[in-house]
Amino acid sequence: MLQGWVIVATSFAYLGLLFAIAYYADRRADAGHSVIASPYIYSLSLGVYATAWTFYGSVGRAAADGVGFLPIYIGPTLMIALWWVVMRKIIRISKRNRITSLADFIGSRYGKSALLGGLVTVIAVIGILPYISLQLKAVSNSFTIVQQYPHIIMPANVGQLPLLQDTALAVALILAAFTIAFGTRHLDAAEHHQGMVAAIAFESLVKLLAFLAVGVFVTYGIYDGFADVFARAAEVPKLRAMMTPLEGVAGGYASWMWLTVLSMAAIMFLPRQFQVAVIENVDEKHLNKAIWLFPLYMIAINLFVLPIAFGGLLHFPNGDVDADTFVLTLPMEEHHELLALLVFIGGLSAATGMVIVETIALSTMVCNDLLMPVLLRLSWLKLNQRKDLTGLLLGIRRGAIVAILLLGFVYFRLAGEAYALVSIGLISFAAVAQFAPAALGGIFWKRATRRGALCGLLAGFSVWLYTLLLPALARSGWLPIGLLEQGPFGIGLLKPQHLFGLGRLDHITHAMIWSMIANIGAYVIGSLSGTQSAEEHRQASLFVDVFKQGGEGGGARFWRGTASVPDLYRLLARFVGSAAAEEAISDYRESRGAPDPQSPQQADAEFVHYVETQLAGAIGAASARIMVASVVKEDALTIDEVREILDEASQVVVYSHRLEQKSRELEAATAELRIANERLTELDRLKDDFISTVTHELRTPLTSIRAFSEILLDDPEIELEQRKNFLGIITRETARLSRLINQVLDLSKIESGSAEWQESSIDMKELVGDTVDGMSQLFREKGIRLSVDLPGRVPAVTADFDRVVQVLLNLLSNAVKFCHRERGEVRIELSEQGAYLRVGVCDNGPGIRAGDEDAIFDKFRQGGDTLTDKPQGTGLGLHISRHIVERFGGRIWAENRPGEGACFYFTLPIAAQAAPLQGGIQ
Amino acid sequence: MDRFELKGQRLAALSVLGMVLFNYPLLAIFNVTATVFGIPVLYAYIFCAWGLLTVCMAYVVEAKD
Repeated sequence: MLQGWVIVATSFAYLGLLFAIAYYADRRADAGHSVIASPYIYSLSLGVYATAWTFYGSVGRAAADGVGFLPIYIGPTLMIALWWVVMRKIIRISKRNRITSLADFIGSRYGKSALLGGLVTVIAVIGILPYISLQLKAVSNSFTIVQQYPHIIMPANVGQLPLLQDTALAVALILAAFTIAFGTRHLDAAEHHQGMVAAIAFESLVKLLAFLAVGVFVTYGIYDGFADVFARAAEVPKLRAMMTPLEGVAGGYASWMWLTVLSMAAIMFLPRQFQVAVIENVDEKHLNKAIWLFPLYMIAINLFVLPIAFGGLLHFPNGDVDADTFVLTLPMEEHHELLALLVFIGGLSAATGMVIVETIALSTMVCNDLLMPVLLRLSWLKLNQRKDLTGLLLGIRRGAIVAILLLGFVYFRLAGEAYALVSIGLISFAAVAQFAPAALGGIFWKRATRRGALCGLLAGFSVWLYTLLLPALARSGWLPIGLLEQGPFGIGLLKPQHLFGLGRLDHITHAMIWSMIANIGAYVIGSLSGTQSAEEHRQASLFVDVFKQGGEGGGARFWRGTASVPDLYRLLARFVGSAAAEEAISDYRESRGAPDPQSPQQADAEFVHYVETQLAGAIGAASARIMVASVVKEDALTIDEVREILDEASQVVVYSHRLEQKSRELEAATAELRIANERLTELDRLKDDFISTVTHELRTPLTSIRAFSEILLDDPEIELEQRKNFLGIITRETARLSRLINQVLDLSKIESGSAEWQESSIDMKELVGDTVDGMSQLFREKGIRLSVDLPGRVPAVTADFDRVVQVLLNLLSNAVKFCHRERGEVRIELSEQGAYLRVGVCDNGPGIRAGDEDAIFDKFRQGGDTLTDKPQGTGLGLHISRHIVERFGGRIWAENRPGEGACFYFTLPIAAQAAPLQGGIQ
Repeated sequence: MDRFELKGQRLAALSVLGMVLFNYPLLAIFNVTATVFGIPVLYAYIFCAWGLLTVCMAYVVEAKD
């Protein structure tokens, strides 16, 4: 079933499906329901990192030197851990300045330099061409191989086809058409391609599943698990050596380390990675999930690389099958046609994903940062007078996509067969690594200048050209091979792959060392030796201090000049179309109340800045700068003025920070004062209440003492019996009075905290027993039956002995007062309840009125009805008892047993060292 | 300290840890001819360390302070 037409039809069906997904996502986005506003889609879209190079090439490299392919995926893991610091900043900067590409980012940072943006674009295009050609090679090779089924023949042996029959050309053209349809259907001012991102996320899933399917098939279908593959490989001496591959290889660890560094740079600065990670990012928070999901993705896609590599080496021991094709040829060898087709589609998805995003990113760069700045400066083109330039912009981008893919094809024809997939990819990695110093330095080092960035990039790129691209062309036979072996003009020290005699390294490590020395060195020296222009200084501070600034429009304060609103409006309309311009300006007016675009008015700095940022979203910062400068009359700021503005601004920020802090402190102090005041008012009210209650309570006995004394005084005739009775009442009331006064004093001591507490270890059993003994006389007199229920032994508690006795006495005397008149019964119990000892006193009186169980512990609350019954206590006993118990960490409460009387309980915590082990603390 | 800043520093520390784990001399320790559960030690080490590092990153990112 693997005839040519089936493969072609499946491929087109797959591409059609991709297109449908993209179309659907775009439609949803237009309707305001973004499908890519999800951290999972964002993480998957980062998977565009895994290209055909990963899909086929990892196995190829693993077959050559074991774990040597892994740094390419470990590096990004180490880098992505730094994304929270680095990438979040880049995303924030890019959103605020409407950055459209990597070239735009670097150019914009160094004073909106068109020259720098152009240089970055040129480096990116030249550097990425080998990588794109690699994808074409992978697709056309895999197509050729699948077509030969059931035979397994390497494409190299099929022979070079004439130009027009070369499948790679067809692939390049189809992909170009497809990318144009994806990426340049319309001009988006924000440079967002929602449909494309959705399709890329889908592709990431497809290639992962396809690879996992082959991996499982090889590991568990052909062999019997991981251990089996490795065991069989270990029987072959050549393969056994690969299990400790870092031994013996010249500069093994150095090469490993440099590959890691290289891929750390690649995950950030490959144009397609920058596109999906920064430009297409819709929410900074998506970084959160991506930081761990993306490493997970890479682990998953690498898990089966080694088993497949060993499986392939065991299956095709003669070396007549290229290791880069094992992923495809193993299922074919085993006659698994469906799986082979799935692998082909997986490889296709890996390649198309890369090609689509990469060419869109590159075409944006070519258009915005290379061609537009040049075209806009050529006055004879009269572009300034053209009404609508959106068509031109789209045309340039489409042309760039076709041109880049065709150039990739040319590279494929020229150099394609000389290298394995991984080596080609690494050449591209080394090229984009040249961006790292200028881009990373740009966001952390304010002093870095345009000159430094230009010098660094030129130096690094030149070394790259000399040490990597030149040898690649020489090996393909396009330059004399003697250049590599004897050096140019026979000068051995200048041999491109052994520069200055540095040998014993693989050529990528060698190139990285020299290019990084040249790049960083030139960057630092260039930056430190010159001065910054005003524009550079301002952009530097906008980038480096992005987190310290307020909202958008931070750049407006640097602008001084005059411009008319209609001019600016017309300018915007020419590049983004009048509908989009209308919308952008009405957005602005809504948010800030700006002038009507049709009335001839002067634009303020903020409005000019807004238009420039909008324009930058369509044509890049450098071009936008040129265009805005053409319609406004600008007073250039001197470097001193810029510094002044920056200093002012930073001072204002410092002041406002201090002010905020002061106001926060004040608020806190006010809140504290308010609370204190409320507490005081409350205490004052309580004091008043207390005094009025106390005087009331004092007056009751006083009244009766006075009344009876007056009777005795006024009536000398009174009988002795009566007199005795009255004197008895007076004595009792006096006693009550003094008890009341004692308790009031006691309470005030406790409440004011001046009471003295003498803590000691108390045996509660002894305390209860003694107290009951002391009271037994009183119980006998009243005819109340007393039952005591004490356990054998209880742990000690820590409290004030006399105070606890006071509590118990209080409860007992209450019980005496309130128990049944004739058949009085009081029960005392002591028990251990978890970490507490509990004492209970129960009577069989009328009980507490329902709902009053808590209230009776308040001051001057009496049990019973105070209106009809004569008060029997002072109303302070229980209140004081509660203070005492709570002072020692216990609790006191009453329980009503309707019809049976009331129970009062209090608990005291068992002293820690005495707590029984098995009891624990609840 | 700012919560965002703390998260950034924790992740950066993990990145440094990764650089130590996947470099000379730690790699050299595991670069021996032996197997664990039939898998060469070096491969097993790299994938385990890689997985653990990812789990730690997930923990730092997703942890609610």
